[in-house]
Amino acid sequence: MNEWLYVGLFFIVGLIIPAGAIGAGWLFGPKKPNPIKQSTYECGIEPVGEGWVQFKAQYYIFALVFLVFDVETVFLFPWAVRLGQLGMFAVVEGIVFILILVAGLVYTWRKGMLEWA
Amino acid sequence: MTGEQVIFLIVGAVTLIAGLMVVTVRNLVHAALWLVATLFGVAIVYTLLNAGFLAVVQVVVYIGAIAILFIFAVMLTRRQAAETGASVNPNWLVGAVMSVLTFAGLVYLLQTWSGFSKQAAAIPSGFDAINQLGNALTSPTGYVLPFEVASVLLLAALVGAVYLAFNKK
Amino acid sequence: MNFWNDPLKVAADWLTGIFTGWGMPSVGANVLVAFLGVLMLITILMVIDIFLVWIERKVVARFQDRLGPNRVGPFGLIQPFADIIKLMIKEDTTPDGADKVVYNIAPLLSMMSVLILWAVVPLAPVMLGVDLNAGVLFIIAAGSIGTLSIIMAGWSSNNKFSVIGAFRQVAVMVSFEIPMLAVLLIPTIFSGSMGMNAIIQSQDIWFIFLSPLAALIFLIAAIAELGRAPFDLAEGESELVSGYNIEYSGMKFGMFYAGELLHAFTFGGFWAIMFFGGYRFFGLEKVSPFLAIVIILFKALLGYWVIMWVKYTVMRIRIDQMLAFNWKFLTPVAFVLVMVTALMNALLRGAPSWLFITGMLLSNVIVAWVSMEFVRSAARQEREKVEGLKQVAEAHH
Repeated sequence: MNEWLYVGLFFIVGLIIPAGAIGAGWLFGPKKPNPIKQSTYECGIEPVGEGWVQFKAQYYIFALVFLVFDVETVFLFPWAVRLGQLGMFAVVEGIVFILILVAGLVYTWRKGMLEWA
Repeated sequence: MTGEQVIFLIVGAVTLIAGLMVVTVRNLVHAALWLVATLFGVAIVYTLLNAGFLAVVQVVVYIGAIAILFIFAVMLTRRQAAETGASVNPNWLVGAVMSVLTFAGLVYLLQTWSGFSKQAAAIPSGFDAINQLGNALTSPTGYVLPFEVASVLLLAALVGAVYLAFNKK
Repeated sequence: MNFWNDPLKVAADWLTGIFTGWGMPSVGANVLVAFLGVLMLITILMVIDIFLVWIERKVVARFQDRLGPNRVGPFGLIQPFADIIKLMIKEDTTPDGADKVVYNIAPLLSMMSVLILWAVVPLAPVMLGVDLNAGVLFIIAAGSIGTLSIIMAGWSSNNKFSVIGAFRQVAVMVSFEIPMLAVLLIPTIFSGSMGMNAIIQSQDIWFIFLSPLAALIFLIAAIAELGRAPFDLAEGESELVSGYNIEYSGMKFGMFYAGELLHAFTFGGFWAIMFFGGYRFFGLEKVSPFLAIVIILFKALLGYWVIMWVKYTVMRIRIDQMLAFNWKFLTPVAFVLVMVTALMNALLRGAPSWLFITGMLLSNVIVAWVSMEFVRSAARQEREKVEGLKQVAEAHH
């Protein structure tokens, strides 16, 4: 049988049990909504403006840098698994692969993109 | 029908519906979340094909990184831009016709392929996909060059992104 | 094969026999038995989670020179049940303008992303859950779902604090995923597999002795991934009140809270699996699976204790400090460590084990020392710059 079936079961049961707990809370808890209770919390004063906040572009830059490194490291896992059986050639290959990416990190750093300003 | 086929049909249908929702819902954050559902459906299809490594990578890269990037990009805009405005442009009909034609073409091409109606052979026991992948990526007779080129490609992507962001400032 | 040696198989065979005896097809019976097994494991986890609340409160009390819960039951042991009853009878509010569907799914996903991690945890040599050959990456994949749930919770609450908190948290989580992925390559290199059980089986010498630096980086990245102090700027009580879960009440909040504690405990477990031999302890695990479970849970608890120790000792850091620390220090060090480890692993292949351990340990010490030297010189430059600015300012006076 496919081993992923068990992982699928974990997903399903992992959703059912918290849903059961929240359902129990919904069952036992009082339900008396009123406009003041439902208003969003801003330290007790009345909410100002809308809940949408426009973000710094810096978040996006970090997410971009992250994406590139994420893909790179995922590529390295099959290499790491085989490393024990492979010769020096494969080790050098992996190191070249990492160095090229580290060059990217250094470039980003030098350009000042890693500053939170 | 086997159990796997039933699961495949359900997952396939949900994935398609989610994909349709991505392009039709008005709210951009909802569209991004539907995109996550679509990508997750694709990951489940990979597991049905016994491609576990690929499924996990799909979740790590597409849901963990690309979907997050999308949501960050949406949050950089103002609310009006994210929730109003037309969700289709005048060319949507042409686009729909083109995609139907492409799909029909793909189905036609696949039909001429001999493996289309055959059951896939069972995977031999003791077969380790990750080991094979590692071998292919590192052996000189395999895909060493594409492996290194992938690194250069990622570097180019990073430099390009930084350059664009830098110039905007 | 008796119950003492392989309880899971005995129980599964017994149940399958019963179900097929009722005329159920064998595939259906197998799936049902697997379902019951998963249900049992997750229920036990939730019970452990309840006691984690008690442990956390007791430990934080000791750190702060208090007694902690001590009224309800012996040593306050019944306190967490009182907590749960309180959470359950609280009103479940939904803020105005919230995105109802997303708002309700988020706590479920948050808890699920923690529970599915246990699918790949090997509890004993014969109790593996699922021995995925991509087990190491599975941790990161489950973390991605957790990240998503935090964005969903923050965005759907229609509250400024929660959105800011969620985005900070996500920035932390995605940033520290890189050093974590990088150091996870190191146990993979040593064991030649990404499966959790293979990693444990190859730890005749615990990997902490081969690569203490990797263990340290994994711990730091794990704490960041958990969003616990010093990386709890997403909660930031002093400015964001409570961050992404500010609008949640009752059991939904309970899911976030319980999820965080179980997540910390789980990462304690992964720390033990990757670097402290998992369920292995001088051959004791071979005596009985029950003993192996006790060993791994004890090690996970120790890891959890270390995470708490850090939490109640260190102050919260700002987001710019956090990102600079990750991208300018931790990530480069992690990648250098991977390169050095790969190189040393190839050079020392076939060497006697004492030489292998010494070589690895030495290379770790050198990497750590060189990176500390870099930090020292960077700090010196920073100080000189500040001093220079001060002098300029004084000259203007």
